[in-house]
Amino acid sequence: MSTPALPAPDPRLRDPALWSRLAWASAALVLLWPLAVACEFRPWVLLEADNLRVSGQFLASFLPPALGAEFLWLVARETWRTVAIATAGITLGLLIAVPATLLSARALSVSALGGRMAALPFVLRQALRWALIVLRSVPELVWALVFVRVVGLGPTAGVLAIALTYGGMLGKVYGDILDSGDPHATETLLRNGSGRLQAFAYGLLPQNAAELTSYTIYRWECAIRSSVVLGFVGAGGLGQQLDSSMKMFAGGEVATMLAVFVALVALADRTSSGLRRALG
Amino acid sequence: MRPARAANPPYKLPPPLFDARCRACWFVAGLIALVVASFWSLDLQIAQFFSAESAASMGRFVGEFFPPDLSAPFVHKVAAGAVETLAMSALGTLLAAVGGLALAVPASRLHGTDGAPARAATRLLLNALRSIPELVWAALLLISAGLGPLAGTLALALHTTGVLGRLFAEALENAPPGPGAALRAQGLGALRVLAYATLPQVLPQLVSYTLYRWENNIRAAAVLGVVGAGGLGQLLAFHMGLFHMPKTATILAAMLLLVALVDAASYASRRWLMR
Repeated sequence: MSTPALPAPDPRLRDPALWSRLAWASAALVLLWPLAVACEFRPWVLLEADNLRVSGQFLASFLPPALGAEFLWLVARETWRTVAIATAGITLGLLIAVPATLLSARALSVSALGGRMAALPFVLRQALRWALIVLRSVPELVWALVFVRVVGLGPTAGVLAIALTYGGMLGKVYGDILDSGDPHATETLLRNGSGRLQAFAYGLLPQNAAELTSYTIYRWECAIRSSVVLGFVGAGGLGQQLDSSMKMFAGGEVATMLAVFVALVALADRTSSGLRRALG
Repeated sequence: MRPARAANPPYKLPPPLFDARCRACWFVAGLIALVVASFWSLDLQIAQFFSAESAASMGRFVGEFFPPDLSAPFVHKVAAGAVETLAMSALGTLLAAVGGLALAVPASRLHGTDGAPARAATRLLLNALRSIPELVWAALLLISAGLGPLAGTLALALHTTGVLGRLFAEALENAPPGPGAALRAQGLGALRVLAYATLPQVLPQLVSYTLYRWENNIRAAAVLGVVGAGGLGQLLAFHMGLFHMPKTATILAAMLLLVALVDAASYASRRWLMR
């Protein structure tokens, strides 16, 4: 059989949703166009001769990675400082988060035992919650920029930035964890006349200790990642070193530090998930 | 019959504070050592930070923010920066969803007898993409893409490709195998099985992961510009570097507003979807 001039479409190959597919695809393109314009999205810039040469040179200088004894020692010290900034920041953050949680946990309200919480404690708790949310929603990089101006370049700015952001995060989530559990034991303690701290220590804490610890460890892992980033605005640690090597186009040093950083993140990830699994 | 035991036997002593076999004790000891070593090695000027002098300088610093610069041309500029931030995050996430899906297919074992030869290598690539933060990618890309939002968009896309690729691969591997097996038994190729059996089943999950990452990326894009990669962050770094404090205050306010709006929208949409 010869092919007809205008072949009738094979009914098995007809796409019943053809028109709606075309309509959705063109709508998506119309939406995407202004986005691409707003981002100055011109990826072919990457392929211009000048840019290719510069990036080629930079990438070529990655090999061999810098492995001098002195440089490795520097990297080791900065890596430790990165971990130390994260740990110190989380510790100071706990100084904000723990009191805020104790004050704002609904489960520890005495007046809520009789049904509705009284007005003043309710307003106080809600205000504290909002304060924590504000602390949390300012990105740590912005805190770091501000603190670098106030206390100068160095790890102090990084520690304070992590402390404030993570204090807010931990406080908010601790409150949510404490309020989402079964309130029975705590309520019984409060009803029988124990103080709020006693009810917390013997009712709420044993119930939720594993979850609280697990979340704190997870946040510690996140803090390690963000303390590297904070280094880019001058808050010490591996990031600051990485930034200065990049500005000097020292590709070998950048390669070594990126490898160390990936290894550090993987190690923190392993440690954190191992510890959290042990908690059950 | 066993004698009934008291709930709390009176003869039982409390456990010793430290026991070499108690893992929690070792954990706490290690934790204390880590915290002490951290504070000791950093020589923080915390005491100095809480001194009267530092409080005065902090007060002066905050005082300079007021009044924020609300002149019409500058507010326009900030609004343009906010739009650029949103566009960067949307386009970056979209590129990442496409790239993540493209990498998730070789990174997953789609059926029992699938050898998945590139699985380990692709997963390694995804992990490397994921473990380098957006900001570091942006700083690296500045060298080849130059200052501006292009570097930021690509940086977001690279990091998010790693994150989404891994999540997508998990979703593909956990998809119910029935429909795929039925099509394979009819002799369909891998591509058609993917397009007509596996993907339609996991599509809602993939979309929800992508939306979640978009939310994260808006927040990330707002600060990404600090290294020069466009958006509100670039304005912030520029004006803060020149000590234009009233302008800095406006940009900071815009940033917080953007983050708060995203949070509220995400909360509201989650409430609406969970209804």
